[in-house]
Amino acid sequence: MSQRSFIRVLVAKPGLDGHDRGAKIVARALRDAGMEVIYTGLRQTPEQIVEAALQEDVDVVALSCLSGAHNYLFPKVVELLRQQGGADILVLGGGVIPEEDIPALKQSGVKEIFTPGTTTQAIVEFIRAHAIQK
Amino acid sequence: MEEKKPSERKRSFKNTSNIEIKRVYAAQDVTSDDGAMGLPGEYPFTRGVQPTMYRGRFWTMRQYAGMASAEESNARYRYLLEQGQTGLSVAFDLPTQIGYDSDHPLAQGEIGKVGVAIDSLEDMEVLLQGIPLDKVSTSMTINAPAAVLLAMYMAVAEKQGVSLARLNGTIQNDILKEYAARGTYIFPPAQSMRLITDIFAFCSEQVPEWNTISISGYHIREAGSSAVQEVAFTLSNGIAYVQAALDAGLRVDDFAPRLSFFFNSHVDFFEEIAKFRAARRLWAKIMTERFGAQNPRSQMLRFHTQTGGSTLTAQQPDNNIIRVTLQALAAVLGGTQSLHTNSRDEALALPTEESVRIALRTQQIIAHESGVADVVDPLGGSYYIENLTSSIEKAAAEQIARIDAYGGAVKAIERGVMQRDIQDSAYAWQQQVESKERVVVGVNQFQIRESAPRGLERVDASVGERQKTKLAALRSRRDNVRVQAALASLTQIAASNDNLMPAVLEAVRAYATLGEICDCLRRVFGEYRPEETLT
Repeated sequence: MSQRSFIRVLVAKPGLDGHDRGAKIVARALRDAGMEVIYTGLRQTPEQIVEAALQEDVDVVALSCLSGAHNYLFPKVVELLRQQGGADILVLGGGVIPEEDIPALKQSGVKEIFTPGTTTQAIVEFIRAHAIQK
Repeated sequence: MEEKKPSERKRSFKNTSNIEIKRVYAAQDVTSDDGAMGLPGEYPFTRGVQPTMYRGRFWTMRQYAGMASAEESNARYRYLLEQGQTGLSVAFDLPTQIGYDSDHPLAQGEIGKVGVAIDSLEDMEVLLQGIPLDKVSTSMTINAPAAVLLAMYMAVAEKQGVSLARLNGTIQNDILKEYAARGTYIFPPAQSMRLITDIFAFCSEQVPEWNTISISGYHIREAGSSAVQEVAFTLSNGIAYVQAALDAGLRVDDFAPRLSFFFNSHVDFFEEIAKFRAARRLWAKIMTERFGAQNPRSQMLRFHTQTGGSTLTAQQPDNNIIRVTLQALAAVLGGTQSLHTNSRDEALALPTEESVRIALRTQQIIAHESGVADVVDPLGGSYYIENLTSSIEKAAAEQIARIDAYGGAVKAIERGVMQRDIQDSAYAWQQQVESKERVVVGVNQFQIRESAPRGLERVDASVGERQKTKLAALRSRRDNVRVQAALASLTQIAASNDNLMPAVLEAVRAYATLGEICDCLRRVFGEYRPEETLT
């Protein structure tokens, strides 16, 4: 398979949280930066997110959660990706996430956590530096 | 050609609604149209809904709170009431807001996180224990399953021996902004509108002092809209509710006095004050000219305000106390009926008790020390404020006409019109912050090296397990024959045109759970599935 010329990203909202301002802004900024972006919409289970990620053959899964359920939902996505052959997909998280939760999330396999105040430029640069493009 | 202004900080000055701000305002900037300002308590209520405003009584100080279990939330409410808060505002967790019981697969990880978990009347009894429902007014942020939570509240009142006629409070019950901006929808629009008009009809007879809806611009603004969009989309949604109630056969002056509103108070001080004044004037005109409302209470836009959550920064969180103070002051100068002041640490986690106390004290200082509550609409007649009030009113009226052209708010939301506009504004804001055209103190200027904040509030992970154990015990203890009968009757009525409230109330009294009641309605009504689009 020939290499794509662009990075493909799934922006996903796991859980029941309805705050999608950040997710949509990030999705649009990544697209403006030349990436191909798929947005899942609200209320996705980890299973649905992983299915979409594998089906769409993405390089990156960017998770957004502001409801406090990140410690449950983010590791679950990573775990399912690993089980189903998506271990090489870069997983990122964002939202209202207390700093003390970040080490455990990274330990679980989320590569980076972006908290309030992060610029979209910083996210773009991080993805360019770390995504393994298929 | 634009005149060059070399001596000024910027080439042009604009507010969040993209309205150009002049260097100075003078008498010629206030036209005879602005003369429609009248006096407080008089149509079109530009200057306030009551003649005495805060000289009569301060606004209701109402901090939105709720977390973990009913026991823990009840303790927080009692603490707030002891600290001088004058009304309750209940935050429910997401499973409750979306009509799932705590043992539902989708609830896992979310139980008790953004609010209190309520599965049945049993939880509601604990939540309101020791709180006299005939003396305290309670606002509940609940939308899709509002009928169920209202029924639970009424059932607790019955047990306390408080008559429904004496109940005072608000349910948010504003589903349209859930589709447009907040996300806790369950049912499709038509069925949701029927639930809402059933509540209007039921309450106008049985719970006459209850605010049956809080038509909310707050979340539209939080999702990224401008001030003008906030007014326009909120009032468009309001128009849709009024029209739905009229179509259901209600008379405007029977239900309109109980409509209430909920706005954001954001960073631009004068724009916000003018926004509140403009919204009042515009709604009074809409209710009178479009819907023929005769009762002045039907024409009055009464509103709750919350300071802008998305304006809080995770960086240097104590700076948020100052932001909240300015936003709270704007809400008071704009004539709010009740107010929630955000806590300094809310960009990081749920607020601690200490942070909530500072937020409440902010309101108390404005009320008791600053003197601003001693005079009504002190900025009325200011060239700038009157000009800006008219500009916002005019721009919002144009946006309402645009929504009308789509066939009204429901159609516009189904077609993603409001959602796209909000997204565009949110993205533009973000770009302004990243280019530093918009300064956010501590975020893109005046940063310091900070250590991680300590002592944040946490919801114990065991809350979910405890809640599920409690729920299982209830399911085996209650009279399940009565529950099944109540649910069967509810299903039948859902499929008819009869008012759903009595059947919901009976199911609640039988200790049917929120999830069971909503599942009955899901089977009859179906579920809303949005089409996701990125602009």
